[in-house]
Amino acid sequence: MAGMLYALVALGFVLIFKASGVFNFAQGAMVLFAALAMARFSEWLPKWLGFESLLLANVLALIAAIMLMAVLAWLIERLALRQLVGQEPIALLMATLGIAYFIDGAGQLLFGSATYKIDVGMPKDPMMVLEGTFEGGLLLSKEDLYAALISAMLVICLTLFFQKTPTGRALRAVADDHQAAQSIGIPLSRIWVIVWTIGGIVALVAGIIWGSKLGVQFSISLVALKALPVVILGGLTSVPGAIVGGLIIGAGEKLSEIYIGPMLGGGIENWFAYVLALGFLLVRPQGLFGDKIIDRV
Amino acid sequence: MLYRENGQFKQTYRTDLQIFPVLQDRIAIYALLAVAFVAVPMLASDYFFRAVLIPFLILALAALGLNILVGYCGQISLGTGAFMAIGAYAAYNLQVRFDLPLLLSLIGGGLAATVFGVLFGIPSLRIRGLYLAVATLAAQFFTDWFTNRVKWVTNDSPSGSVSVGALSFFGVPIETPAQKYLLCLGIVCVFALLAKNLVRGAIGRQWMAIRDMDVAAAVIGIRPVYAKLSAFAVSSFIVGVAGALWGFVHLGSWEPAAFSIDRSFQLLFMVIIGGLGSISGAFFGAAFMVLLPLLLNYVPHWLGLPLSTATASHLEHMIFGALIVFFLIVEPHGLARLWLTAREKLRLWPFPH
Repeated sequence: MAGMLYALVALGFVLIFKASGVFNFAQGAMVLFAALAMARFSEWLPKWLGFESLLLANVLALIAAIMLMAVLAWLIERLALRQLVGQEPIALLMATLGIAYFIDGAGQLLFGSATYKIDVGMPKDPMMVLEGTFEGGLLLSKEDLYAALISAMLVICLTLFFQKTPTGRALRAVADDHQAAQSIGIPLSRIWVIVWTIGGIVALVAGIIWGSKLGVQFSISLVALKALPVVILGGLTSVPGAIVGGLIIGAGEKLSEIYIGPMLGGGIENWFAYVLALGFLLVRPQGLFGDKIIDRV
Repeated sequence: MLYRENGQFKQTYRTDLQIFPVLQDRIAIYALLAVAFVAVPMLASDYFFRAVLIPFLILALAALGLNILVGYCGQISLGTGAFMAIGAYAAYNLQVRFDLPLLLSLIGGGLAATVFGVLFGIPSLRIRGLYLAVATLAAQFFTDWFTNRVKWVTNDSPSGSVSVGALSFFGVPIETPAQKYLLCLGIVCVFALLAKNLVRGAIGRQWMAIRDMDVAAAVIGIRPVYAKLSAFAVSSFIVGVAGALWGFVHLGSWEPAAFSIDRSFQLLFMVIIGGLGSISGAFFGAAFMVLLPLLLNYVPHWLGLPLSTATASHLEHMIFGALIVFFLIVEPHGLARLWLTAREKLRLWPFPH
């Protein structure tokens, strides 16, 4: 479960990194922002418009949240990224850190900083599977299963979008080479807005899944930091890498907590992922599925 | 008019190599030191010492250390809080277990941080940029856990927080805020001078070559292993001493949360806003970071706007974030560069041609 969330957040990282070469530290803040927007809109919209239906409220809130993320993407592109074209990657990284702070503050200022719940009608009761195969079976949460399905669908949609549509092709061209893409007439700034919007939508999905399980609160934005080792493990430029890396880290940290944790006094969940990524970096710096890093002088 | 270097001839190599080649600069820096050492302790109030001056000095020291790593050697670090924590806890343990005097425990804290820093700097030999940021994040989270969970570190204190007893420096008890301030100021001055001379010298040049392009630097005969690890060592020594000072002098008693990842980010912002790759930048950045929250607290008060603490802290976040982006766009080299530009203008003023 945790692994899948990491994978979703990591997916946002990878998408933006591939298309714009920006390592987006603000992804976690965007998850928080999107989840807060979703939670609060689904609470406010019925009040403003005067209807009761939960489904309608959720659908409208989803649309509103997507629109908000698009506006946010546009603002980020217009006010920050456009001004920073051609700066070193480190400057861009720090700019996204600044953006993360800004979004954190803005989200909580606009939507409040308490814990909110998102109710999209996911079933909460657990179910047993594979009881025939071995004794006792496996205890699965239906919610997790649905979440996994939603994520899988999201990934499929994204892959189709990237492979089949003209916009997707343009996005891949930009990812390959900014200048070449620009010289054949692909509008760079529009592409960036689209990428950041997609990043925002991925963030929204992650936020909804997380929020409906544990409630929306500030700690969501810390998940983003966990997504860093995931991206490192999977490779910075690989979508499947993000998914596999997320699952490895999610499972790895739970297992390590159970099996190695007691020996070290517990609580190693918090740093295990990083140390795993660190060890991995020493062996294979480009990650599981990443492009090979080539040094040029 | 006043700031003019006509007639100041450099006739020996010594004068050519001075830190402040311009006479007016030297006068200004001596005046500043005189004010800092003599006038401020007589004039400032206890609150001002505790809330502004002492945090400013210690954070400036930490930012100075980080600037050597990030600004001069180009190795991005998100684990500064961890290095501070190691410094603070090592100094604490040295004082409690071996009863070392203050200065020695501070240096011991710095040395412990050095070892730790070099250890986590080893990955930098193979990776750089974003990957290195993740490696240093590992240092941060490992230290958070280490100081929280390993009882030995906190001398088995039940609550996990530690506190230091009375401070004394070569037999002189340090009790009043003014004395603490003078202690910090002295240490900061020594380290600033040291750092300035390091980055002016051969090793500083090597760091900068590595920063600008490490493959090319290796080709012209700079050993990346030595240059990168020495930057990690020097940087974490300074940061470790700053951490020990933060714990001993500023906080007095502290919990692991005092050195969390927020502290790392805060220091990184200081270095960016102050100016990457400049010694004075660390001071500008620290001053900015210490004063901004205070200002944000006071301004609504003066304007008569009631702001709840939650709103104020969110606003603070937003303003921080916006300012960082703003600075990166307008002046990527930070406040220190603004200051340099102003000085260049001043040299020609009032006849610009």
